[in-house]
Amino acid sequence: MARRWLRLLGVGAALAAMLGMAGPVAARDLIVALKTEPSSLDPQYHALTPNTQISHTLFDALVHADAKLQPRPALAESWTVDGNVWTFKLRPGVKFSDGTPLTAEDVVFTYDRIPKVPNSPSPFTLYLGAVEKAEAVDPMTVRITTKGPAPLLLINLAQLPILSKKAASGPAPEGKTTTQLNSGDGLVGTGPYKFVSWKRGAELVFERNEHYWGKKPDWDRVIYRPMSNAASRVAALLAGDVDLIEDPPTDDLPKLEQNKDLYIEKTPSVRVMYVAMDQHAEPTPGIPLDKNPLKDKRVRQALSLAINRDAIVERVMGGVALAAGNVLPYPMFGSSKEHAEAPKADPEKAKALLKEAGYPDGFSITLGAPSGRYVNDAKIAQAVASMWSRIGVKTSVEALAPSVFFKKRDGYEFSAYLAGWSVTSGEMSNPLTSLLMTRNPEVGEGTTNRGRYSNPEMDKLVREAAKTMDDDKRAKLLQQASNMAMDDYALLPLHFELSVWAMKKDIRYQGRPDQTTLVQYASLLK
Amino acid sequence: MLATIIRRLLQTLVVLLVMSALVFAGIYLVGDPVAMMASPEATDAQREAIRASLGLDKPLPVQYLTFLGQAVQGNFGNSFLTGEPAMRLIIERMPATVELATVAMSISVLVGVPLGIAAGLRPTALSSRAIMTGSVLGFSLPNFWVGLMLIMLFAVQLGWLPASGRGQTVSVLGVPLSVLTLDGWASLILPASTIALAKCAMIVRVTRAAARESLPMDYIKFARAKGLSEKRVLGVHLLKNILIPVVTVAGLEFGQVMAFAVVTETVFSWPGMGKLLIDSIINLDRPVVVAYLMLIVFFLVMLNLIVDIIYTVLDPRVRLEQRA
Repeated sequence: MARRWLRLLGVGAALAAMLGMAGPVAARDLIVALKTEPSSLDPQYHALTPNTQISHTLFDALVHADAKLQPRPALAESWTVDGNVWTFKLRPGVKFSDGTPLTAEDVVFTYDRIPKVPNSPSPFTLYLGAVEKAEAVDPMTVRITTKGPAPLLLINLAQLPILSKKAASGPAPEGKTTTQLNSGDGLVGTGPYKFVSWKRGAELVFERNEHYWGKKPDWDRVIYRPMSNAASRVAALLAGDVDLIEDPPTDDLPKLEQNKDLYIEKTPSVRVMYVAMDQHAEPTPGIPLDKNPLKDKRVRQALSLAINRDAIVERVMGGVALAAGNVLPYPMFGSSKEHAEAPKADPEKAKALLKEAGYPDGFSITLGAPSGRYVNDAKIAQAVASMWSRIGVKTSVEALAPSVFFKKRDGYEFSAYLAGWSVTSGEMSNPLTSLLMTRNPEVGEGTTNRGRYSNPEMDKLVREAAKTMDDDKRAKLLQQASNMAMDDYALLPLHFELSVWAMKKDIRYQGRPDQTTLVQYASLLK
Repeated sequence: MLATIIRRLLQTLVVLLVMSALVFAGIYLVGDPVAMMASPEATDAQREAIRASLGLDKPLPVQYLTFLGQAVQGNFGNSFLTGEPAMRLIIERMPATVELATVAMSISVLVGVPLGIAAGLRPTALSSRAIMTGSVLGFSLPNFWVGLMLIMLFAVQLGWLPASGRGQTVSVLGVPLSVLTLDGWASLILPASTIALAKCAMIVRVTRAAARESLPMDYIKFARAKGLSEKRVLGVHLLKNILIPVVTVAGLEFGQVMAFAVVTETVFSWPGMGKLLIDSIINLDRPVVVAYLMLIVFFLVMLNLIVDIIYTVLDPRVRLEQRA
């Protein structure tokens, strides 16, 4: 009897040893804890980071935004521009995950489908604004005609993943519907991974696409789990349930960095946190004066000088941010050297400026802020408020649930508010157009300029840049325009967030400034 | 009995009507769903197009009447955020929550009732005091804290149990269940215990109070005088009589857990409907919020009805007709 048990034990031990040896050799699965679950798998349904970071793993676009957000060849191997006509040569030998080859027809089908997707909460037509038409010249050539000079065409096309015409065609006007794509029906792309299953709220499973044209993907399978609670994500990583998590809370970082079983990746992002000030209303809500003091540039400068950006970065953000002097970090496209450094705090000068402007005793103001939309948003607002109060501008913070905050902000109910902006295009025309151009939302200018800063000269420069194809010239125009706005203290940039990922120590993720988690850039250390 | 059930259902209709109107008005007052969902770079024309496609361009009363018209036909609208039918999103998530609530309440009753009787039998004994002090802790510790502590201890420090998710599920009649696999139980036990801790404390207190009330009664004395075993006195005579308050509380608490297990579900990333509700409220996804609350109201009313029916079984003196 005893001998039999011993033998069983021996077999078990041998088995365990075999399994143990097999472990490191066999490729692993990657389990990722996502902060936000995608609302849909249809790559043309909802233009929002949680969705695009998933679709960019299943699909490729004609061009791809690299780790510096610069356009690089992806499905298009090369391209030429002649006036308003762009000709793209497709990469030969690219196959969809079902084995069918990529042709120009797929590209045209994709762009045609975008405006037909019904009920989209944030349509991708945003990226097609400059495009007049797209045609297939031959199976490997796509011709895109733009409405005018379109220097941003490439970076916009990078946001549009290419579907398979064969797989995604259907009886509905848009072909396969969003619901069908959510179930995996028609969800066929050229990306490094392909769809396996999706249980909403529980897990999304991908596996390696054996037909992928690029380097063989590292992982057999990738499993995404939505975990909205940051503490739970950290706990799941510590418990070994997941391999990679997005956005661990800044308070936990020092502890996580000391943990030898983990690796932390920090990447400067293109998300700028800023304070906007009402430069239009007279009087302005939140300041109990007959006159709006924020219209005076000296007052805005004083408010900027009052803010100790380094202290916010160190104490509120736990070092997980970079103090900002502009809306886009230097040396990204169109940002200037003059405002590369964050302005130093100078409360004495700020007080003098206030006095000069006729407010020797300051005034009181309400600073609006969302609570829970950006990293430490309400805390940052509190810090700004105490710094402003120190120069005599008695500030009370109104921190609100994001939905309420945005409603009030869009109704111009704040004299000053804290918000964030992600410069997804990686170049200056994007924040200038949305945040600083004179409000003209019909043509998409100043859509989020709720401080209503208006400088016709700057507007002219930005409009000119939008038509300038020469990169150097355009960069100069944008530098000039952004200098103008910053010299005007049109808004006060505070800091750029660092995007943080935490992972097991044998994994590396190459962080991206657009804050997306693209599993194809996660690798296993050998 | 039939008349009572019908009357209850009619009352439910009124409640549903009032509640849906309140939610509609509430979300309208809170904010603009389009502002939450649309890209901040979108032009006004694009925003208006989104608004029109979601039916948000019409006046609120029109939107509400449209909703009612469709709801009568069983269509609760599509989620703004996902474009999927709202009811389907909820039903998909329901089994996970029902399972969690059922296991949590079973634990609380199975642990709480015996402890409550023990504490009621010898109120001054040290063990009883320990039970009562424990129940105060159970009440007062916040759910998310208990959950995180359990995760830190059992998942992170000891590594015995997973920190999140549902584990392996087995599909029974198309419904995925965790209770049928060992892995599923490993995932289930921490969130269920988190909820059970607070609920158990409640059950202990109710049971103890009821037991203390019943113990000096004549029928207990007679039962003892008849020489019945203590087991029979407590297990049959006492238990039967204290069950009514226990069933009431357990029933109500079950409904509470079902509807609002949000915190626990979030901490454990349990893919139930509580998390769906929170996400939908944050995003102002009105169709999902309305459908969810309607479903929950209906469910709670049904639960109360079932509790009432159980009364009549437990205590033949209770008649449904008199109570309604």
